[in-house]
Amino acid sequence: MALIRDLGFAAAVFVDQLGKMAVFAGQILRAVVTPPPRLREFVQEIFKLGVLSLVIICVSGLAVGMVLGLQGYNTLVRFGAEQSLGAVVGLSLLRELGPVLTGLLTTGRAGSATTAEIGTMVATEQLDGLRMMSINPIHWVVTPKALAMIFVMPLLSALFIVCGFGGGYFAGVTIMGVDGGAYVSSLQNAVVFSDDVVGSLLKALVFGVLVGLISTYRGYTCAPTSAGVSSATTSTVVIGSVAILIFDYFITALWGV
Amino acid sequence: MYMAFGDREVLHGLSCDFPRGKISVILGGSGSGKTTVLRLIGGLIHPRRGEIFVAGQDVSGLWGADLDEVRHKLGMMFQGGALLDSMTVFDNLAFPLREHTRMSESEIAEEVHRQLAAVNLTNVDNLLPGQLSGGMVKRAALARAIITKPEILLCDEPFSGLDPITVKRIEALLGRINRQLDITMLVSSHHIRSTMRMADHVVLLHKEGAVTGSPSELQQSANPWVASFFNEELDESVESPDDPHPMLRQQAVP
Repeated sequence: MALIRDLGFAAAVFVDQLGKMAVFAGQILRAVVTPPPRLREFVQEIFKLGVLSLVIICVSGLAVGMVLGLQGYNTLVRFGAEQSLGAVVGLSLLRELGPVLTGLLTTGRAGSATTAEIGTMVATEQLDGLRMMSINPIHWVVTPKALAMIFVMPLLSALFIVCGFGGGYFAGVTIMGVDGGAYVSSLQNAVVFSDDVVGSLLKALVFGVLVGLISTYRGYTCAPTSAGVSSATTSTVVIGSVAILIFDYFITALWGV
Repeated sequence: MYMAFGDREVLHGLSCDFPRGKISVILGGSGSGKTTVLRLIGGLIHPRRGEIFVAGQDVSGLWGADLDEVRHKLGMMFQGGALLDSMTVFDNLAFPLREHTRMSESEIAEEVHRQLAAVNLTNVDNLLPGQLSGGMVKRAALARAIITKPEILLCDEPFSGLDPITVKRIEALLGRINRQLDITMLVSSHHIRSTMRMADHVVLLHKEGAVTGSPSELQQSANPWVASFFNEELDESVESPDDPHPMLRQQAVP
């Protein structure tokens, strides 16, 4: 009986949080069309969320591409199909690994930083200070961060994929001796721009919306204590990562991307 | 007015008013609801029941643009300063002017420096809030709160965490601003000595509501609860610069 009660309570809390997050998303949408546009803050956030994530994205992309190159080669060589390595690396990165791993990495680096920053502003009454100056914190603080996350996610994903191609080329061609021309041409022949590339970018865009919304919402609604900020930051990483994986399944199943 | 956080009732039937142009101090022990009263007046939280009139307008049910309209008449100095830590002191003060006025950058700079001078802060333009001392943060927060020339200034625990000399400086500063700008001030504090020195009007919060009056009226009150509050707080107070620290008193004994 207690289990059913606890499950019911957890379900009610989940639906309540979902509803509040939907209202929060509505407030962000309204803030987007409310003047003045916060272009300066938006550009600053692109720097913080995007530019400062470049190193981790490039290094991770390169490493993942190299692993894919090695694993792909070891599997393909058994069937004498090592000339298709470019296609294997390319499609794996474009359709799945690029957007998903970029989403997970960005959640850990930029999403957690966003939550911690907004949460600290809550704990130190900076958001209340803005309210008392008749400045809407959702307009000035939250919206530029959420929009920047949506904007940078596809770009970071694209960069991750390009670095992955390079890593795969290095492992497959330079180390394992696959023909370079065969690698590039199999990649070129296998990838369909409208399906694979656009689908990959759309996936990353959806993940950007998810991470942007979750990270700003958790920060904005966190308890105004150091423990509250810490808990909100952790939950952003956990909820953001799980949401990306779940949405990835549904996008793949429904859109075939 | 009634206010509660969850099951915990903070204000039970509080009814009081604050005279225009005077310094009113909201006094009370920890958890008595001093900060809550200021936050209710600023519309940062809303009461369970009751009405709050700010310059004749009920703010208890206001939201959004209507509330922002009322907030243009208010300035608030938060306990921790609440300065935006990503901005320099100059930009913190310039921020509300850039947002709400059509002043040019040179006019804004002039106004910011005028307000910084008014609170005795110089050469802090390019410092971040994290680089300031506690007293400087309070003064910068005070300057930001009055830069838009509000009718009412809300000060949340302006003396907390400060040494006795800085307490006296802030106290004198608040008194001077009140006189010069003819601003209505609501100060939450548990600092009885400062309250006695600066307040025109005192609201002493307790569980059943509030006792109001001038500082001398409250100090001479026949109400046993009020008398015990003043006696206990004054006995425990070691914050006055006139009194040596207990450690120093002990050392002075031969």
